[in-house]
Amino acid sequence: MANSLFEEKLNSGEFVVTTEIGPPKGADTSEMVHHIDLLKDKVDAINVTDHQSSVMRYPSLGGCLLVKEQGGEPILQVTCRDRNRLALQADLLFAYSRGVVNVLCLTGDSIDVGDHKEAKPVFDADSIQLLNIIKTLESGTDTVGNELKGVPKFYAGASVHPEADFIEPQLIKFDKKVSAGAQFFQTQGIFDLASLRRFMQYASQFNVKILAGIIVLSSAGAARYMNRNVPGIIISQDIVDELAAVEKGKGLEKGIEIAARFIKTIKEEKLCHGVHIMAVGNEGIVPEIIEAADIIGVPS
Amino acid sequence: MIVAEQKPLAEIMRMLAPYENVLILGCGTCMTVCDAGGEREVTFLHDALRLAQKKSGDVTHKFTEYTIKRQCDPEFLEQLHDRISGVDAVLSLGCGIGVQAIAERFIDLPVLPGVNTSFMGMTKEAGIWDERCSACGECRLDDTAGICPITRCTKGILNGPCAGAKNGKCEANKEMDCAWILIYERLERLQQLEKMRRYYPLRNFRAIPRPRRITSNAVIEAGESDG
Repeated sequence: MANSLFEEKLNSGEFVVTTEIGPPKGADTSEMVHHIDLLKDKVDAINVTDHQSSVMRYPSLGGCLLVKEQGGEPILQVTCRDRNRLALQADLLFAYSRGVVNVLCLTGDSIDVGDHKEAKPVFDADSIQLLNIIKTLESGTDTVGNELKGVPKFYAGASVHPEADFIEPQLIKFDKKVSAGAQFFQTQGIFDLASLRRFMQYASQFNVKILAGIIVLSSAGAARYMNRNVPGIIISQDIVDELAAVEKGKGLEKGIEIAARFIKTIKEEKLCHGVHIMAVGNEGIVPEIIEAADIIGVPS
Repeated sequence: MIVAEQKPLAEIMRMLAPYENVLILGCGTCMTVCDAGGEREVTFLHDALRLAQKKSGDVTHKFTEYTIKRQCDPEFLEQLHDRISGVDAVLSLGCGIGVQAIAERFIDLPVLPGVNTSFMGMTKEAGIWDERCSACGECRLDDTAGICPITRCTKGILNGPCAGAKNGKCEANKEMDCAWILIYERLERLQQLEKMRRYYPLRNFRAIPRPRRITSNAVIEAGESDG
């Protein structure tokens, strides 16, 4: 039996659409709640990011509770950058106790790329060890073997980077994530469908669900900035050129068009099990992309 | 070896302010090799402090200089007895261990750190030193083709690369090679990629309960039979 609506939807074989919301810098959650309301019926699940790009924000767990309160399906992003194994386990227990069971396990960006550069990086675990921590908790004990009173059950996932410029070690890591219990994957941003096709050829031997990451670009400048500054993101030159060709102020429109085109192709070719749309700061445009890609929002 | 950098002159002068007679003490081992606190640096610093004093018009400090073979070794510290009479403080250009060894040996003598101890590393080329070891207490270099992920990966992770590298460089520092790509390439060359496919569980941080002590049984047993 499925642990969550998100898992159920992925198991149904329908094309799944997820997106993500970055919590606010501060305690005012009104804009975030507005975005949740806007998106919750248009997508199958909403990731809440965990101090994305190592920038301190309202917590992902708090954001997931807001998604639940608004009637949406949350995916908790957990990174290992800021918590040791005690805190990771505690947060997972708390999440489960409040009905947050979809967990995306990430190592986390380096402290150096964020806004608290002098903070102590934790990395007591990595993403694969975090998946194993989940497996251990689900078996009824903590990581040192002490019995738990109340055993959680999650739907655990991880990320994978089909467009890494050095793919072989990423594939080894992907295998290890599958062995560690990852059941779904959200990929890093896809900008070249050929690499997604190659990756899916490889990944199809595993019984896991793959959602292709779609990053919505707002201008050629933003794309170049991401290429320079965002860990792992490699936006191909033809996409940058396509964005650069439009008149000023029309970048986001073009970005939506590109995203919708990718999603449409992925769906039509049945390349993978769904898409994960990352609108990075433009959460409000996600419904427009879904409409443009002609994918139907969640039926309830 | 241990690698350090000399502190800025202004910081050294602030520390020295309360003391009239100061011995600038170099260290003849690691600090000499990393150009932070050997005989040569002691002389340079001595000159710099004298000049700075002259310029400021405050000439209350008197400096002497000396370099011993190793500040971290009690045997060599014994040579200091004659040098420290009349001295109000020692400005040590030894690493953090040297500074503490002096403090432990001469309990009434203030000792000031003249360098920032940085890491354990090696000389890459003249004037460039690279960190190589974190003294984690559980060496796993056999599993990682002789390249330490704890030290050379900015996240110190054990199960392969994160997804942040671009052009083989680390997301935290575009000048720095991704340690896990280096490990992958070397394991492949050694035909040992299965070592990367293994799962490495959470690290045991009890291997490094601070402060650590290592006791050589051989030395103790030899001592017992002597006595």
